[in-house]
Formats: sequence, structure tokens, C-alpha cells
Amino acid sequence: MTITAPPRPPAAAPPPARPSSGRRVAGLLLRWWRRLTAMRTAIVLLFLLALAAVPGSLLPQRSLSQNNVNQYFADHPSLAPVLDRLYLFDVFSSPWFAAVYLLLFVSLIGCVLPRGLEHYRAMRAAPPPAPRNLLRLPDAGELPTALPAGQALDVVEEELRVRRFRVVRREGELSAEKGYLKETGNLLFHLSLVALLLGLAGGKLWGYEGSILVTEGQGFCNSFQQYDTYSAGPLVDSGDLSPLCVDLEDFRAEYEDNLTAASFTADIGYGAPGEEGRTTTIGVNDPLRLDGDRVYTTGHGFSPTFTVTRPDGTSLEDVSVPFLPSDQATMASQGALKVPDLRPDGEDQLAVEGFFAPTGLVQGGVLTSVDPRPLAPQVALVAYQGYLGLDSGIPQSVYSLDSAQIDRGSLTEVGSANLSVGEAMTLPDGTTIAFTGYRQFAAFQYSHDPGQLWVLGSSIALLTGLLGMLLLRRERVFARAAAAPGDGGTVLTLASITRGSGENAPRFAALTDDLTNALTARRSAPRSPGPGPEDPPRVS
Amino acid sequence: MSPDELASLSDSLFSISIALYSLAMVAFSAQLAFGRRAARTRELVGAGGPAGELPTEAPAAAEGGRGRRWGTVAMVLAALGAVAHGGVLVARGLAADRLPWGNMYEFSTATVFVAVVAYLVFALRAPGLRHIGLFVLAPVVLSMVLIGLFLYAEAGPLVAALRSYWLAIHVSTAIIGFGVFFVSGIASVLYLAATRHEERVAAGERPGSLLSRLPGAAALDRVAHRTAVFGFPIWTFTVIAGAIWAEAAWGRFWGWDPKETWAFIAWVVYAAYLHARTTAGWRGTPAAWVNVVGLGVMIFNLTFVNMVSTGLHSYAGVN
Ligand code: HEM
Repeated sequence: MTITAPPRPPAAAPPPARPSSGRRVAGLLLRWWRRLTAMRTAIVLLFLLALAAVPGSLLPQRSLSQNNVNQYFADHPSLAPVLDRLYLFDVFSSPWFAAVYLLLFVSLIGCVLPRGLEHYRAMRAAPPPAPRNLLRLPDAGELPTALPAGQALDVVEEELRVRRFRVVRREGELSAEKGYLKETGNLLFHLSLVALLLGLAGGKLWGYEGSILVTEGQGFCNSFQQYDTYSAGPLVDSGDLSPLCVDLEDFRAEYEDNLTAASFTADIGYGAPGEEGRTTTIGVNDPLRLDGDRVYTTGHGFSPTFTVTRPDGTSLEDVSVPFLPSDQATMASQGALKVPDLRPDGEDQLAVEGFFAPTGLVQGGVLTSVDPRPLAPQVALVAYQGYLGLDSGIPQSVYSLDSAQIDRGSLTEVGSANLSVGEAMTLPDGTTIAFTGYRQFAAFQYSHDPGQLWVLGSSIALLTGLLGMLLLRRERVFARAAAAPGDGGTVLTLASITRGSGENAPRFAALTDDLTNALTARRSAPRSPGPGPEDPPRVS
Repeated sequence: MSPDELASLSDSLFSISIALYSLAMVAFSAQLAFGRRAARTRELVGAGGPAGELPTEAPAAAEGGRGRRWGTVAMVLAALGAVAHGGVLVARGLAADRLPWGNMYEFSTATVFVAVVAYLVFALRAPGLRHIGLFVLAPVVLSMVLIGLFLYAEAGPLVAALRSYWLAIHVSTAIIGFGVFFVSGIASVLYLAATRHEERVAAGERPGSLLSRLPGAAALDRVAHRTAVFGFPIWTFTVIAGAIWAEAAWGRFWGWDPKETWAFIAWVVYAAYLHARTTAGWRGTPAAWVNVVGLGVMIFNLTFVNMVSTGLHSYAGVN
């Protein structure tokens, strides 16, 4: 530990011979190292770390929601790019955040390693000799006894050994110490912090995560091409992903009477590609865990199904498109159906923008959803015809139409309707769009984090070390026996000093009381032969 | 009793506990007003003994009989208030047939309950600390009123994400940790006030304020430190348990969600407090300020992050 000494007045040192520049640099580095590994620096760095985390919670973060960041850019067009240059939308992966915690951990290691060595030596060494003036310690007192010095110290030694002190006897005095585990706990705590950081870093480097929406009856395999979105650490090789496929067989959402969501469960089949034969049920708080990988359901929604029939009789049967919920309480959802290639010429494409209500209520021609359960599903559709621009090379969302295409006139509205299951709308050119039903979809997340167990282990070690460090007490007791002035007998001087929480005074008082009793008892009972004062120091 | 009756019993007990705490505040004020200044024994300063680890101060021995009687009345009222307060939670739990900390109203009510119990335990073990009752109960009553006014939510079932045994583990320890830090923060605030006061007395002024009837600065500092030492491992466990739960519920054990971020900030600030208290140059007033900042962060995390930020951790149930 580096306890920072109070600043000393600068001593008027004699002007030294000019040191070589190499030594000057070494001296400078050493000074910097000392400063970095001082407790005071650690406190300041701890504060900086706390402070550095603040903007990460107040500004939208890309890691949490790219949408919110885009929204922020739209709302603050001049401020946002400046903030972005300062990494304020990626705080927790920014260089300056890394700088603070790396400095902190260098400081931590620089302080803990020497301390560990010192502790190792201290554990093997005998408790130090008693200070000259015991009565100046925080808790000290004198006990007169009629026993001779050696026997009095025997009694003290016995009492202390019962209390699990390590005791060493020296000429006419005794030193005892206990609570080495406190220091061990401290070291364990600080080293666990380092281990935890390594585990986090490992997970970031070799971990990945992919998400995908899957409608009942469909499935996905673990590969980056398939995921709607994914993120992967820099050391992930896309060829190394575990070969696993998952099929969604059935999805269920259950609700309480007051429509509080009670449970979401997905029945899935999974296994290596082509053999998804094993089945299980996953749900909220209950992912599928395979060694190193996890599969979650993170959301759900409805995929209405449509049949589109062209006037010439060609048709698309029962296409299901996932509609994204815009309101979790009523599961009102929005989506789009894009039909690019009914005819080969590509100029007469069809696009439908839709609103899905699991339990619909139409008021004044406007459809709203009043219940998250699919009791009376309805859709409100707006149909467009024209050119979709799917081959323009600009990526499009599959969940909505590009409003620029509508504004530009590439797509023109050709009809709208509210439909219940089984109903259909007919467009001016004779095309019919039928709402044939719905399936449910589940949002799946596939995660791989090789550092996870390591981080868990480090956290448990950290907590163990913390408890040891905070709850245990390091305590030293010294005793010295001197002949009482006058008629013989002995005066025992006792003192104790502790490091750690809590007050020592009551414990010291209890120790003194017990010793007084023991000394009296020993005086009345004939003593058994024991080690004399001339015994050499012993350590146990 | 039917769930509805239990729910309204819980609501009545809420008002009753506020009333009892308010009466206890009156009695604590009377104790301060009528009690003579607690004489303090000389504080032994051992050579090399670390400051703040001094022997106990006199247990307010020289207090007048009237003050002591008011003190007893106050403690009894506060204890009755705590019983009613516990009843709020029990009746809630029975009404909804689940642990009574599923939304922000229940969570905050439980946290304040832990703070009161932590104070009562301290005050029973160290009678000298009864004198700070007014300063503990005033924020308690204020919190309760604010909770009742702004956070109230009907008893109801839990959302799916909360139906896990981790609710019992993570949220219970969060409540205990927060309640204990609450007392610790108040002790540090009083410590700061008491140090100012002692400095003015030492400078020869005679500030005739209530502060002269508080326990000494060293004793307050010790309360602040001991409660923080008790709370810190609990908070550490809360964060770890939260991460384990998040791994099952949200697909990752840590994602810098606003709640997680502020829990981390609080953890770092309390770690800094524990360090500061044992580091030359930070001991005493600066360390106490760190503890006060810690309490500020905890309260911010409960209020602002729940009500303003959007994150996964949004089970507040406040509209
Ligand atoms: C350079 C970095 C660090 C150094 C030099 C350091 C050193 C120490 C030392 C010497 C103690 C024992 C205090 C005592 O004597 O009672 C201690 C305790 C502690 N450390 Fe650290 N530490 C560092 C970083 C950290 C970090 C990053 C954390 C957590 C964020 C942390 C959390 C703790 C806690 C909670 C205690 C218990 C305080 C107590 O004894 O009451 N430390 N540390």
C-alpha cells in the first residue's frame, strides 16, 4: 500500500552533479510511476471513471439504440457531429474511457503487486517486537499480578492462542498478531478486479451476437449472412461460428386479466444444420444454453398473411410478413408488403403499407388496437403501385416503404381498406389483396461470450475478497512483564492496535478482563510446568 | 381478507406510518430542545492512532431526565411507525400474491423502511445516536410523502420479465444496500455540519444551535463509515446479481443500460469513499463529501433514471 506522506518542506539539497540524461529520464519515469501508483491517484482515477460513465447514460448510445442516435442527429444537426467526434455516442468503447480504466488498472497492479510481496513476507515473519513505550498505543493498560514474570506471560500467551493469535515470546515480552486473512482478502479483491477486466476484454474480442425475426414455421442458422443485425468482436472468424440451426415451431404469449404480460414462450427445435431434431421451450428469463452459446427470445409480434392475386390469375399465396409492434401494450403493429415481380417488366410493382391490430376497433374509419391478444385481428392497408426502387442499390427497410419514393411520385396510392380475416380489397386494375390470417413471430438473439464464466468467477472472488477485507480485523497485541517496584510480583503492560473497521476499545477491555480472571485463577491453582521466560522466541 | 381489502389496508398503513413518523419527529425535536448538551468525555488521541478510530464518546450520559423521556417516546413512536411501514409491504405482498417490490412505489417504500430499521438498530445499540433521530426521520417523512404523491401504483401482477427468483435476490439486496447507504449519507451530512460547528466552537464562537446537541463529529463519521462498510458488499452483490439476472433476461450480463451505468457509478463512488477515508489528505471532510455524492448518485439512479431515461430497466410503473 502506498500511504501518501504529508508533503515535506523542500529540503535545501546541495546542488548535485548534473546527472546523465539517461538517469534523469529514469528518475522522471520512476517519479511518475510512484505518483500513478499512489492511493491518491487511484481515488482521482476512480472519480474520473465514474465521471466518464455519466455521458454514456445521458446521451443515446449506438450500442443501445442506433435509432435513438439517429433521432438525436435529426434533432440536433449542428451539435451531434461535434459530440460524435468526441465519441460521446460510443462512450464505453471510446479511447478516453479506455484510457481512464487502463490507467486505473496499471495503478492498481503497480500498487497491489509490491503489496502482495510484502504480505507474503509478513505472513512468514514473526510479529514485530513490542514498541518501547507500550502505553502510548491507542489501547493500553497495566495489570498487576503476584505471579512471576514468566508465568504471567504464559497466561497471556495461552489466552491469546485461544483467540487464535500467532504469538512470539521474546525476552520479558510477547508479541501477537492475527487477521492476516484481511490482507489476503484485500489482495484477492484487487487482483479479481484485474481478472474481471481481462474476462470482459476477452468476451469483447472473441464474442458475437446476432438477432433475427423468425415467423412460426420458419427458422434460422447461426451465420452472419442470416442475421438482421449482428455485432462481432475483432477476433471472431466468421467461419468459426458454432454450426447450429433453430426452428420456431410455436410461440405463445400469455396475459393476466388486466392484460399484464405474464409469459412469452417459444417452442423451438434445434441442432446441427439439417438435423434440428431436439426440441425445447425457451422464454423470458429462460434462454437455451449450449456450451458457450445462448439463444434468447427477446421479443415477439404478428406476421399477417396475405394472398395477392393479379387480374391475369397469377397469385402469391399466403405470404407472411412480420409487422413490428409499435405499442407493446396493445401490440398494434406496422409493416409493409412489397411485391416486386408479379410482372416481368418491373414498372408495375405493388407495395402495401399496413397496420395490424390483434384486436381491432374501427372508429370513424380509423383502426386501433385495444388488446394484445389476437381476438379479432384486423389490418388497415394502403396500397401503392409504381416503381419500388429495390434494384436501385440503396438498402431499404423491409418493414416500411421509403417515403421518398412516394413523395417523388414513383409510387402512387391506388387504394386503402380495413380488412378482417378472410376479407379482400380490389385495386382499380383488378388486383386483389386478401388478408388470410396471421402467424406469430419471435425475435431471436444468438449470443456467444467466451469471457462470461471467467467474469462470473472473478466477481465471486472479488466479493469474497471484499468480505474478508471489510469484516476481518488485523490486530496486534503486545505484552511486557516487569518486576513490580517493592514487594515482588509483576506488572504486565498490555497494548493492542488494530487496523480495520470497528472500535477496538471494547474488545481490549474484554481481553483485559479475561486476563485478570485468568491471572487470578492461575495464582490460586497450582501451576503445571510450562515454558519459562528463558525459552527462545517461537513462532507458530 | 380479499386482495382488494388487503391493498387498501396497505394504503391506510402507509398513511399511518407517515403520521407516526411525524409524531416521532416532534418527540425527537422535544428531546433536542429539552435535553442538555451531551457532555463528551475527552477524546483520547493515541499516538499514531488513525483519526476517526477514536474511542467512543460518552453515551450522552449527562442528558436531562425530560430530554431522555422525550427520547424514549420518540423511539417508541418511530418503532411503531416502522411496524406500520412493514405492514404496508406485507399487506401489499399478500394483496398481489408476490414480493412487494415490483414497481417503483414498492421499491422506494421498502428502501425507506430499511433505512428506518437500520437507524433503529443503530440507535438501540448506541443510545448516543438517538439524538440524530430528527435528522433521519425528516428525510424519511419527506421521502414517504413524495413517494405517496408521485410514485403510487395500484397493487397488481408482475410483468413477465420480473417473474424470476432473481427478483427476490437482486431487488431485496438493492433495497437493503440503498437503505443502509441512506443512513450512511445522512450521517455524513450531519458529520459535515458537526465539523463546521466544532470549528466555530473552537474558534471561540458560541453558536447556539441544535447542532451542539448532536453526537460528536468523530462518532458521526464512524456511523457513516460503518454503515458504508456494511452497505458496500451488499451493493457489490446487488450489482453482480443484477448482471447474472441480465444474462438470463436481456441476453447479456452487462450492456451499459442507464440503470447499470448508474449502479456502476455509485459503486465506484462508494469505493472511492472507503479509500478516501483511509488516505491521508482525504480523511474527514473530503471523504464525507464523497459519501454525500454517493447518496446523491443513488437517489438520482432511483428517480431520474427510472422516470426520464429509457432503458431495459423500466419497471417503474409510474405514469
Ligand atoms: C491504484 C488503485 C488502487 C489501490 C492502490 C488500492 C488500494 C487499496 C488499499 C490500500 C486498500 C485498503 C485500505 C485500508 O488500508 O483499509 C483498499 C481497499 C479497498 N479498495 Fe482499493 N485500491 C485501488 C483500486 C481500487 C479500485 C479500482 C476499487 C474499486 C472500484 C477498489 C476498491 C476498494 C475497496 C472497496 C476497499 C475497501 C476499503 C476499506 O478498507 O474500507 N480499489 N484499496
